Amino acid sequence: MTTENLNCANCPVHNAANLIKLGVDMTNYDYVIALAGNPNTGKSTVFNSLTGLKQHTGNWPGKTVARAEGGYSFSDKRYKIVDLPGTYSLLSTSTDEEIARDFILFGQPDVTVVVVDATRLERNLNLVLQVLEITDRAVLCLNLIDEAARHKITIDERLLSKNLGIPVVPTAARQNVGIQELLKSIQEVASGSFICKPHRISGEIKNVSHAVEELNKKIMEEFPGLPNTRWIALRLLEGDQKIIDAVRSGEIGSLINREFQTVES
Amino acid sequence: MTEINKNKRELILASANKYRWDIGENLHDSIIESIYKDAEEISSKVVSRDGSKPKFDVDAFVDKLVTSRWTGFPLMFVILAVVFWLTITGANYPSAMIASFLIDTAHPWLKQIVAGAGIPWWLDGVLIDGAYLAMAWVISVMLPPMAIFFPMFTLLEDFGYLPRVAFNMDSLYRKVGAHGKQALTMSMGFGCNAAGVIAARIIDSPRERLIAIITNNFSLCNGRWPTQILIATIFIGGLVSPVFAGAASAAAVVLIAILGIVFSLIVSWGLSKTVLKGEASTFSLELPPYRPPRILQTLYTSLIDRTIFVLWRAVVFAVPAGVVIWLVANIHIGGLSIAEAFINWADPFALFIGLNGVIILAYVIAIPANEIIIPTVLMLTVLSSKLSGVGGGTGVMFELDNAADVASVLQAGGWTVLTGINLMLFSLLHNPCSTTIFTIYKETKNVKWTVVSTLLPVLLGIMVCFFVTQLWRIFA
Repeated sequence: MTTENLNCANCPVHNAANLIKLGVDMTNYDYVIALAGNPNTGKSTVFNSLTGLKQHTGNWPGKTVARAEGGYSFSDKRYKIVDLPGTYSLLSTSTDEEIARDFILFGQPDVTVVVVDATRLERNLNLVLQVLEITDRAVLCLNLIDEAARHKITIDERLLSKNLGIPVVPTAARQNVGIQELLKSIQEVASGSFICKPHRISGEIKNVSHAVEELNKKIMEEFPGLPNTRWIALRLLEGDQKIIDAVRSGEIGSLINREFQTVES
Repeated sequence: MTEINKNKRELILASANKYRWDIGENLHDSIIESIYKDAEEISSKVVSRDGSKPKFDVDAFVDKLVTSRWTGFPLMFVILAVVFWLTITGANYPSAMIASFLIDTAHPWLKQIVAGAGIPWWLDGVLIDGAYLAMAWVISVMLPPMAIFFPMFTLLEDFGYLPRVAFNMDSLYRKVGAHGKQALTMSMGFGCNAAGVIAARIIDSPRERLIAIITNNFSLCNGRWPTQILIATIFIGGLVSPVFAGAASAAAVVLIAILGIVFSLIVSWGLSKTVLKGEASTFSLELPPYRPPRILQTLYTSLIDRTIFVLWRAVVFAVPAGVVIWLVANIHIGGLSIAEAFINWADPFALFIGLNGVIILAYVIAIPANEIIIPTVLMLTVLSSKLSGVGGGTGVMFELDNAADVASVLQAGGWTVLTGINLMLFSLLHNPCSTTIFTIYKETKNVKWTVVSTLLPVLLGIMVCFFVTQLWRIFA
């Protein structure tokens, strides 16, 4: 559907920076956005409403079998958006989880949007917390807020945002509710006008804090400027083969480059 | 310089290794524990529920009903039957209307224009009687049932019913050594086998994925629903009094669909016990919450994504098939047309397994698309039994305004209830369409498995038709 009949979203006062759906046109993008989330949270619906693409959405898990990509333009910036397969975690190893994790880590998206089901927040937060361990530029898309209302669940999104340290946007993507706000939050995080202070897991520090700190120091020495050294230290301690290989080959260092590039340009 | 770096990196890894020994195995668990703890803490702070817990949870109640050991399967069959019944009874009238416009009105009109333009008779035959009528027939027969069936199917999908079907089927698939997710790909196959084959990517294990791909053809695809529905209406509906005809034909179609599921289980079992040995791997299937379907959007997307898409494909394949039919009916070799020669040649074997030469030839011509089986069968029947007063001449595909007309043509061609039943069975058990075969090759990258997936169902179909015919001749 190319014509959206949204009352507020069409009003120029409300919406100075208009969304232009670019479909599969992803040329000359300024920012890369990753779309992560549990299966069946409406990720593909969010993807479709941003890009105008019609990736088939169905109410069942596992239907996004491959990575889908699309583009949109919002307030003069062009965005490339990557729909990752739905996963419950980024820890254990299934193909889906590896694709999602590798993209968030090595693909270095400018913003990772985590779509969560507002009616099942607690379980969905497990993935959010894991994403926040890897990246510090994220936006939480609190989707299916209409469903939550139907189940008489209310969520204090300001408090949630404060706890997670990232913007939280309530949406009902199927009804196109909250998409404008989501775009704005993505833009703020991408441009750096909103600085995320992501929540970091507290519990595990108790018995391994010494080891993490020591490793962290060494990694920072070897790869100055690497954004997520603490997470890498933890992965090394867990014996994550993929990360071990990336450190051994120095590939992990490539994550720094982009940071320097942004500084230079 | 790089050497030094490399050493430094190895040092990091070595110290990580050392620490890992000190910390022990529990790190992974304790990280997960703390993630869960933090998630719980945060959500307990920000989520509030309306104090009074509802006495009656609709979602839980529905789930109990549709996934229960006792009511799950019967409900599934009832839902399927209702969907087919609505499709069968709802499609008749619009079908006849479209047919009367495209064929009774537009076809003579086109003929007139062409006659005025003075083009040679054979070109007129190929284009108007072959290509145009094939397209007209496909549209009038397929559009109404699809426009009813797909939105209903999409609504069920949108509502969240399909994962429940998968949940019900999961234990059966695991028992036969296949992956539980095969229940999902099977459900996709009910729409389109090529889509079902692609959907098998959600299965990680290559062994189980192959089983899912090979057996997907046992899900009746939308190209075959119209055949099933029409033949059931004529031969099964004709067996009972008109009041129950709709219900009886719907029941017959459901039975064929269930038979397809049974065959997919049997074949999966056979494969996993012989050439694709192995244990079923486990997975977790989340039952998504029920969501009120967005009716208008569903109507729109199912019309655009499914109905028009499938219809377009049918037309694209029907047009060349119409040309081929016209040609085989009009090119003569030694006094007989190619079509008649083939039918005469195939008849002995075909009759032996309870089909006829016409059906065999129709399935050869219709390899590109199952959708055109019925028009091809009708045209060939008229041709081979030399009916006069029906149809528009040699090799002209035509439309008959209602099922009774179709029935009279088929009966004149020597069809019995047995032929009807066997055609329904053969429509379920025969080679996949060429698109699906090509998709299987693209997904497996293996000629051997592509050939197996293509020929196995045909062999099964011949066997099943043969046994049904023998039993029929003994008991009837």
